[in-house]
Amino acid sequence: MKTVRISIIGFGAVGQGVARSLLAKKELLIEQGIDLRVVGISDSKGSEINTKGIDLESALRRKKQKGTVAKGKEISLDIIRDVEHDIVVEVTPTNIENGEPGLSNMLAAFAVGRHVVTSNKGPLALRFTELKEAAEDNGLYFRYEATVGGAVPIFNLIHEALAGNTVIGIEGILNGTCNYILTRMAEERMPYELVLKEAQELGIAEADPTYDVEGIDSACKLVIIANSIFGQDATYRDVEVTGITKITPEALELANKNNYVVKLVCEAGNKLTVAPRLVPKRHPLAVGGTLNVASILTDLAGRITISGKGAGSIETASSILSDILYIVRNS
Amino acid sequence: MIVSMTLELKDIPGQLVLALSPISELHGNIMSVVHQHDEKTPRGAIPVQVRFEIEHRVLDKLIERLENSGVKVARVGEERLRSAVSVILIGHIVHSDLGDTIDKIDSTGFAEVVDMSLSMPAIEKASSAYLVINAVGKKELGKALDILREVAHKKDLLMIEPIRLNFDEPVEKEWISSDSSNSEGT
Repeated sequence: MKTVRISIIGFGAVGQGVARSLLAKKELLIEQGIDLRVVGISDSKGSEINTKGIDLESALRRKKQKGTVAKGKEISLDIIRDVEHDIVVEVTPTNIENGEPGLSNMLAAFAVGRHVVTSNKGPLALRFTELKEAAEDNGLYFRYEATVGGAVPIFNLIHEALAGNTVIGIEGILNGTCNYILTRMAEERMPYELVLKEAQELGIAEADPTYDVEGIDSACKLVIIANSIFGQDATYRDVEVTGITKITPEALELANKNNYVVKLVCEAGNKLTVAPRLVPKRHPLAVGGTLNVASILTDLAGRITISGKGAGSIETASSILSDILYIVRNS
Repeated sequence: MIVSMTLELKDIPGQLVLALSPISELHGNIMSVVHQHDEKTPRGAIPVQVRFEIEHRVLDKLIERLENSGVKVARVGEERLRSAVSVILIGHIVHSDLGDTIDKIDSTGFAEVVDMSLSMPAIEKASSAYLVINAVGKKELGKALDILREVAHKKDLLMIEPIRLNFDEPVEKEWISSDSSNSEGT
């Protein structure tokens, strides 16, 4: 039996999804000889620490009842630095202004010799190279599958399954909110403002949808792809971005008549662009609703396309769990 | 693009294969071959009309390969406006002089707007237009799109292009396929 101790830094939707997934998969992991123990959980109000392993069910219950997991005053950095464990699961909210608190959390984890698994885009869209080097210099793993495309395993697919291929370019739809809005506008012939309101009522769009609809969220994800796959040192400010706010139902109808759909497409190749594009209805990128899709063009395998759920706490936790297990099996 | 060529072959066996091989090697798609054995040119060569589809950028290379192998290229005819692209424009298209926008493309000589549908919901609202542009080849199509991008930018129109055109399979995969003609010398 291999015992692996992890911390969950950030206990919002994704952090709780990770806890739920660990509970659901406990038996399966034990069968595989892996005993995953959560020794620390923190949120913005405080933390719970138990070196023998936290009771995740009661932690989830407490979070639901009180709005916080806190039992003690220790903050995230205290857990990262002072509690003995192997993997830091950094799932604090994305901040693309300065990447905090995620950036400091990750750098602190590498400094004290802990692997990092994250879903937090901010630090990677701003300081990818620095983080990658901090991990490499300390001989640690830095895994971030959950930062792009939710459950869709883009990085693992390219780095592991397509190892040996040269990636020529990547096209993707990486923002479920925009994809939902464009799909509904086309299907219902409704104007943008109405569909946005509907999406907000359904919880698909945020109260302030700017990051999503202006293409900033997509640009951050594209930058992480460019840095990870093409070894670039880009930040999201290097992406040419056009959002979806000016798109009219008439334009979608004209596209439809001519067998196209309009999608907010991210392209990584010679340039990094995020823009609404005409996509032939039969093209692999033409997925509807809130789905995400990534189409990877390689020299040996040709075109490989994967799609799936790009958001959701359990879906994102799927990618985080996959990264945790990669580290467990390879360290 | 589609090319029709008149080639002149020497009247000895094996010449037709010699003439057609370079087209295949450069990933051309041969559509028809007319071999007129009884209509010799004054120089005693046999004219062959070949029609094929090929990437515009390898045409010069093809002609060079044919000439090097002793096949005379007597005539090259390109069929015009082979590449098409659809775009959508959104904004105050009519007020920003639609005729001028179309004219900017048509006046290039290598591309033209061949189809257009316009949707105008209300006078003060943004209109949407669907355009089809044809050009003599992919490179020219790219140039036409550059012009349109510039016009859209100047007139504050949102231009929705198709997913990237140059995202096709790499044309020359020769380094991957074991090319017997290269590997078996002498």
